[in-house]
Amino acid sequence: MQVNALFLYTQRFDMETDAIEKIFQQKIDEEIKIEPKDWMPEKYRQTLIRQISQHAHSEIVGMLPEGGWIKYAPTLKRKAILIAKVQDEAGHGLYLYSAAETLGIDYLTMMEQLVSGKAKYSSIFNYPSLSWADMGAIGWLVDGAAILNQVMLCRTSYGPYARAMVRICKEESFHQRQGFDILYTLSQGTDEQKAMCQDAINRWWWPSLMMFGPKDEASTHSDQSMNWKIKRKSNDELRGQFVNMIAEQVKVLGMTLPDPDLKWNEEKNSYDFGEINWDEFWNVVKGNGPCNKQRIEARRKAHEGGTWVREAALAYADKKKNKSKAA
Amino acid sequence: MIKLIRKFYYGDYDSTNPGASLNTNEKLSEETSWPLWEIFVRSKQGLDHKHVGSLHAADAAMAIENARDVYTRRNEGISIWVVQSKYIHATNAEDADSLYDPANDKTYRHPTFFDLPDAVKHM
Ligand SMILES: [Fe+2]
Ligand SMILES: [Fe+2]
Repeated sequence: MQVNALFLYTQRFDMETDAIEKIFQQKIDEEIKIEPKDWMPEKYRQTLIRQISQHAHSEIVGMLPEGGWIKYAPTLKRKAILIAKVQDEAGHGLYLYSAAETLGIDYLTMMEQLVSGKAKYSSIFNYPSLSWADMGAIGWLVDGAAILNQVMLCRTSYGPYARAMVRICKEESFHQRQGFDILYTLSQGTDEQKAMCQDAINRWWWPSLMMFGPKDEASTHSDQSMNWKIKRKSNDELRGQFVNMIAEQVKVLGMTLPDPDLKWNEEKNSYDFGEINWDEFWNVVKGNGPCNKQRIEARRKAHEGGTWVREAALAYADKKKNKSKAA
Repeated sequence: MIKLIRKFYYGDYDSTNPGASLNTNEKLSEETSWPLWEIFVRSKQGLDHKHVGSLHAADAAMAIENARDVYTRRNEGISIWVVQSKYIHATNAEDADSLYDPANDKTYRHPTFFDLPDAVKHM
């Protein structure tokens, strides 16, 4: 309360920027959320726009590897569940685009950045989904990794982002469970189904670990984001948490994780695991993953193909408005 | 045909000029993008509508339909209000201290201001 008053006082008297920034930081330190119209450093705004829009793009592009499997779902029940899951992801994208818009960037601008390849999204979605078991592995591992990150972000310092995250987290555990359920069913099935299950885990495990981003010492944005409490846990911290969780759950499936170095470390009270292939990581980030071009192309087509619909809806709304005015 | 347009911060609009017609520049870009709507949902009978977020839609009917799909997929609501964002009037953050100051010096408005004898029950 007091910080707020002081903050406003200084704003009124045009204090030096660094003094205002100090007060801004004080608000952050005292866990006072930043709201759209509050003063914020330009870099804080830019960092958030970049992060939130990337996050939104990931939700939207994330529909593609799963969307393709909807018509091949093995039962009607599985199909209905997968449709609901993919629809949720569209909603997540929308919550996040709305949150980013409160920072002064327009939705269409973000779309443009995505389809022109200027904006990034989570690299995980540049991997192909080759079998039905991948729907299980994606839900269990990819959504599972995303959840850890998103739970942390429920406490992020920017109000609209935190609120979007709370809503998203409420929906995510369904995603992880339906994925695990798919794999669990396969793991109880024929030898062929078991092999499918293991194969999907083998292919999705390492890319899932990469979702947490570069190692702490190699992460360029981390320090400032931690100070501003945009991020509240480091990449390696979250990654370790993920390994501990999955390494136990995989036992229930009777499957293994494709890492010979994975071993419980009594002293650390957590799992040790092998080195990620960082060359592969950077390669996919730079656009050379197996599906980068295909994903962007799909989004571009959807966006451009939808132009006439957006225009027609506006024209129709205008026409109705004019009619009711005339009446 | 992508342009930067002016964003109406939700809940934080320019209250000196609410809902005024947009200038030419903004009008142009409005033609390519659907306006923004704020969504309020009543979660159950007896409770207030609560702001849940925003979305773009061509008109009110579409805003309601989309709000149903986006914000009430899990029985979160039984009633939806939508209002175009630019029609929301709001206070300014800079005015907060003078605006709410009168509330601060009237602590006697709170029941805890009064010390009652222990003998008094249920008050
Ligand atoms: Fe999601
Ligand atoms: Fe999800």
